[in-house]
Amino acid sequence: MNLYAESRGGALVVSVNEERLDAAIAIRFKERMREVTSQPGGRVVLDMSQVEFLDSSGLGAVVAVMKSLTPDRRLELAGLTANVERVFRLTRMDTVFVMHEDVEAALRAGLRHVG
Amino acid sequence: MLADRPQPGRSPTEAPRPEPKIFHHSFAADPLSVRFALRTALARFLRQLSQDEAGTLELVLAEVLNNIVEHGYGDTGNGTITLSLVRDHRGLSCSISDDGVELPHSCLDLGIDDSLRPAPDTLPEGGFGWFLIRDLVEELGYHRENGRNLLAFRLPLKPGSIS
Repeated sequence: MNLYAESRGGALVVSVNEERLDAAIAIRFKERMREVTSQPGGRVVLDMSQVEFLDSSGLGAVVAVMKSLTPDRRLELAGLTANVERVFRLTRMDTVFVMHEDVEAALRAGLRHVG
Repeated sequence: MLADRPQPGRSPTEAPRPEPKIFHHSFAADPLSVRFALRTALARFLRQLSQDEAGTLELVLAEVLNNIVEHGYGDTGNGTITLSLVRDHRGLSCSISDDGVELPHSCLDLGIDDSLRPAPDTLPEGGFGWFLIRDLVEELGYHRENGRNLLAFRLPLKPGSIS
C-alpha cells in the first residue's frame, strides 16, 4: 500500500500511489490512513489521481476513513479519474464528499475559506 | 458473421483478424486472483468496448467476484471461481460459477427494493454491491444445482463495435 503524505497550506495532502483501490487492498488502506492521520491537524485532502479503479470495498474504505477522523477534521477528495468518479456517482456518495478537480484546486479552496 | 469469412479477392494474410468473442477462465477465490482475472478479462475485450463500458464491466465483475470470495467461500480459504464471457450482437453475456455456499435470495431481492439502498447521509461503508450489479446489468439470473452456484447476466453494449 503506497501512500505519501505531506503538509501543504494548512492541509494534510495524502496521495494514493496505487492504480487500484479495491477489495484486495481496502483494509490496508484504512490502516495506513489511520497511521498518517494519527497526529492532529487540519483538513485531509486525498489525492486519488493515480487511482484508475475503485470497487465498493474501496469506496467503503474511503467512507470509513472519513468517519475515523475527528469531527472537526474534514476529508476532501481531489483528482478523481472518470472511472472512480462514476462509482461515487452511481452510489450517490458524491453527495457527501467535497470533491476538487485536483490538489491545487483543493488548496486554493482552503485558502478562500480562511480568507 | 459475414466479416468473419474470408473475403473474395483477399489473401488470408490480409484479412482482418477477428476480434476475440469468448473468454473463459478458472481461478482461485482470493482477492489477488480476482484482480488478475479482471485484468485479463478486460484486456481481452478492451478493443471492443468504450471507456465507459470497460469501467462498467470491471466494476460489475469485481462486485460479483468479491462477493463470492467474501461470502461464498468465506473463511474456508480455498475455492475456485469460473468466469465466462461471450460477446454477441446484444452485448456481453457473463456467467460466473462457484462451489461456495448458496447465495441468499435476499441478495438478489436487495437490488430491487429501493428502500434498502444504502443512504449516503448515513455514511454506509458497504451494501453497495448488489445495487451496483442490479443497476448496471440486464437479465440477472441465479441457479443452484448439485452444490454449484451459477450467476448469469448480460452487460448491454452499444451496437456497431463488433465485426
